[in-house]
Formats: sequence, C-alpha cells, structure tokens
Amino acid sequence: MSGDNEEAQTVEETSVEEKDVQDKVISPEKSEEAKLKSRYPNLGNKPGGSDLLRKRLQKGQKYFDSGDYNMAKAKIKNKQLPTAAPEKTEITGDHIPTPQDLPQRKPSLVASKLAG
Amino acid sequence: MAGPGGDMQWCFSQVKGAIDDDVAEADIISTVEFNHTGELLATGDKGGRVVIFQQEIENKNLPQFRSEYNVYSTFQSHEPEFDYLKSLEIEEKINKIRWLPQKNAAQFLLSTNDKTIKLWKISERDKRPEGYNLKEEDGRYKDPNSITSLRVPVLIPMDLMVEASPRRVFANAHTYHINSISVNSDEETYLSADDLRINLWNLEITDRSFNIVDIKPANMEELTEVITAAEFHPHQCNTFVYSSSKGTIRLCDMRASALCDKQSKLFEEPEDPSNRSFFSEIISSISDVKFSHNGRYMMTRDYLSVKIWDLNMENRPVETYQVHEYLRSKLCSLYENDCIFDKFECCWNGNDSVVMTGSYNNFFRMFDRGQRRDVTLEASRENSKPMQVLKPRKVCAGGKRKKDEISVDSLDFNKKILHTAWHPQDNIIAVATTNNLYIFQDKVN
Repeated sequence: MSGDNEEAQTVEETSVEEKDVQDKVISPEKSEEAKLKSRYPNLGNKPGGSDLLRKRLQKGQKYFDSGDYNMAKAKIKNKQLPTAAPEKTEITGDHIPTPQDLPQRKPSLVASKLAG
Repeated sequence: MAGPGGDMQWCFSQVKGAIDDDVAEADIISTVEFNHTGELLATGDKGGRVVIFQQEIENKNLPQFRSEYNVYSTFQSHEPEFDYLKSLEIEEKINKIRWLPQKNAAQFLLSTNDKTIKLWKISERDKRPEGYNLKEEDGRYKDPNSITSLRVPVLIPMDLMVEASPRRVFANAHTYHINSISVNSDEETYLSADDLRINLWNLEITDRSFNIVDIKPANMEELTEVITAAEFHPHQCNTFVYSSSKGTIRLCDMRASALCDKQSKLFEEPEDPSNRSFFSEIISSISDVKFSHNGRYMMTRDYLSVKIWDLNMENRPVETYQVHEYLRSKLCSLYENDCIFDKFECCWNGNDSVVMTGSYNNFFRMFDRGQRRDVTLEASRENSKPMQVLKPRKVCAGGKRKKDEISVDSLDFNKKILHTAWHPQDNIIAVATTNNLYIFQDKVN
C-alpha cells in the first residue's frame, strides 16, 4: 500500500549501482555529510562522539546559582500571569495594606489543557 | 491496512487538548501509556502534570461508540527543582509513566522526571460517613454537654471523587538523566535507567536501590556511548534489555551476576563501513526499545527505521521497516535544526501483529508484520469529525508529486509525533501531537 518501501529500495538500489559503477556520485547520506562539512568546516571528525555525548549528559540550563535560578523563574511567572491593576502600587505606597487591599494570590499551578 | 477487501481502517474518535496554535511549553505531551487493561490512559507533560483518562464503556448495543475516554484524574506529579551542587535546573517534565498491574481497588503508576521517580496511588471515593456523634456535618465540634444520645455513623453515597496521592518517592539515585522506567513481571521490583547507569528498585523501599548496569568509563574522555532505553522482559523477571546511542541492544540476565555490565546477548546489525558517514552513528542511536507482548521479540526505533529482533538471533534484526527513508537526503538540515536528535517511540498492538511509530508533519506509521503492509496516517484537526475514516497519506520524495501527496520539503518538522500507545487488547490507539492527544479506533463494519 505504501510507496515508502519502494522509495527505500530505489535509494538502496541506486547506491548499490553507484558503487558497482564506481562513479563519482555518492550516496545521499554522504552528500549530506559533504554539505554539512562545507557549512561547518570546524566540525570535528568524531561524529556522535565524546563532545556530543557529553553535551547530552549535561542537558539542562545552567544558572550561576540558586538566586539566579529563582529570579529567572520569577520573571517567567510574571510574564505568564496577567499584570495586576495599577492601583496596587498606589495603595501600598500610601498606607499599610490590609489583606483586602492586596491582589488575590494567583494559583501557581495551572491545570493541564488536556483535562479541560 | 487500509483498502479494499475488509482491511482495517482507522477512524477518528476523540481529541484532547487546546485548539490554539500557540502552544505553552508546559502543555507539550511527553509520555502516553495505557494501563494493563486499557481502561485507563495516562499522559504526562512538560509541566510535570499527569492526566488520566478512563474509558467509559458505552452501550454495548451501539458498536460504533465503543470507547470514549474521559478525564478521570489529573495531578501535579513533579515540580521544577534546582540542583544546587551543579547549578542546573531539574526539569519537571514527565519522561515516562508506567502502570503497575492492578492488585486491589486502587490503581498505581510510576512517573518519573530526569531525577526522581514517584509511585502514585489513584483511588476512588464514592461514599462518605455521616452522622458523627461529636462533630456537626460541617466539621465543627459539638458541645459535649449537648450530646444526649449515641448513634452509629453511616456511609452514604457521594459524587465520585478520584484522589491521587504520592505513596513513594524514589530520589537521589541518578546522577544523569532518567530515560526509562520498567516494572518487572514479579510486580515487586522495577528498573530505572539514566544515560550511564541502571538501578533496580523494590517498590516498597525508597532509600536504597541496586545498581545493575554501570557503563560510565573511568575517564569521561573515553565516553563513546550512552544508554538510551531499558525494559524488563514481560515474563522473565531476571531478564532486561538496554539500548545504546550506538545502535546496539544488550540483553542481561540478573541471575548471572549482581552487576550486569557484561551482557548475556549483544544485538547489533553489522554495518557496511563504506557506507559510514558523519550521520551514521547519530541516526543509528536507538530511541526506544519494546518487548513484544509474547516476549519472543523486541522492537527498536532508530531515527529512520523500526527493527524487529528475534531474541534468539543477535546478529541482525528479522524485520526492518523504513519509517521515513526520504529524510536520508535531508540529514544536513535535520542536523542543523536538531531534529536528527528527536526521540521517537514505538509500540506493539495487542497480538504483536502490527507495530506503530510516529513521524513528522503529525504523521504516524503502522507496519503490519503478517500482511507485509504499511500505512501512513495523519493526526490533525481537519480529520476530526466523529468516526471519520483516516485517509492514508503519502510523501513524495522527489520527482513528480502526485495529487494528494505531500512533498518532503513541505513537511512540518515542528509537528512531530514522538509518543504513541496501543490499547493492550483492542484496536484503539492514542497518538500524541505536540500538545494534543488523539484517540483513534478501528472502523467497526
């Protein structure tokens, strides 16, 4: 039913034929490799080797310290939640605020949209 | 699969999730898993949340609406943390969910992020006590002097409440990022695998785990491969496999030694060295390994193909299926946009006759092993009318593009289907796009 297998065969057959004929034409993978090397000449010859693996082992954003991390998190939270009304600053500037004056604490956990 | 002569056709059943194109990161689905009966379907997302759907068995007299999955429970499984020692963020993203076989009224599942595994108990409450002697109905305590008689509280029905509570937290056992968890057939232990190590846990004990595989080299400069996935054999509680970034699978027998660094079997397909390119190792990296239900085969997924291995034959797979071979001539750009590192999962159907895996452009592929047929289907809102039959899709690799075909260059590489699941018995599948969950079922004639 699918043409994919046929296409795969075509690619394989082509590369086999190419090797047989010993043409200068190379397999799609090798031509892609040549393309990559031409764009990034400094690319090391150790594909998927230590460097790539080590980058994988250390995935995750590095922060300077926990303070840096918490500041970054706070910035994201502020961006996601709608900003409070401007009266908030006026109130707390004028007098000692009471619980009624302060804006409602936004729930920090938002429900998944899959459950909506 | 699809076609004349009574072949199976797939129909749209349901789709869950937001319609808008602006996807919040937290909503990205990261794992999908049916429980052992297929009655429950769990999803995990990047925001650390788990949503469980329950199949409501409709009227058995109405065959066309055999299955509707509705929200059963949702909870926050993991929260973001900060590793103070390394100044690294620990993501709350749920990497894997695995269900425990049901033993009593409650359901249990294991969910894991990069560092911590949690055992969750999901239980139903449909009765509540009423008629306390010392308390009012709202909870306030009565004045003891006002009590003149005794009564026995009774249990009265209430609206069903589903509660999820964390029963165990298995923490601090992984230096590297957990990619797999697998419950043993002994139903007492489970394994967790990170990039370099695999640990064996007892479900009851959280402060200790056994290290059973350790491939960390003494000198990290000598690192050549990492563990990408691991799974216990479905019946043999002493056997497990783990796959590597170099395209090999090792089968280990825990009876042989405490530390299973030396494998019992090594599955590796020989490679033609003249074909080797910069991309060879990267695309051979196995992103998922799954045993067949009957325990005789295992399936591996690498970037371009799905391979079926007979556990008795180590030197080559018995079947290889091309998922999207047309991408071989796009590897350069796929490397540049990091898509070449996408980790696709794969799954078996209940009787091991069909395997499924995802691709790009919200396409997913099914390979019928017996009939030697395959089909490409699409999960999209455009094909989401109730019971709409999915039309097979075709990608045109080059040359003349026929009508209804889509050319490789038009594929949307941001729409990837990494996670799919197949109901353990029936032909019901769950397919996760970036932030939506599609449920399809076979057409009942």
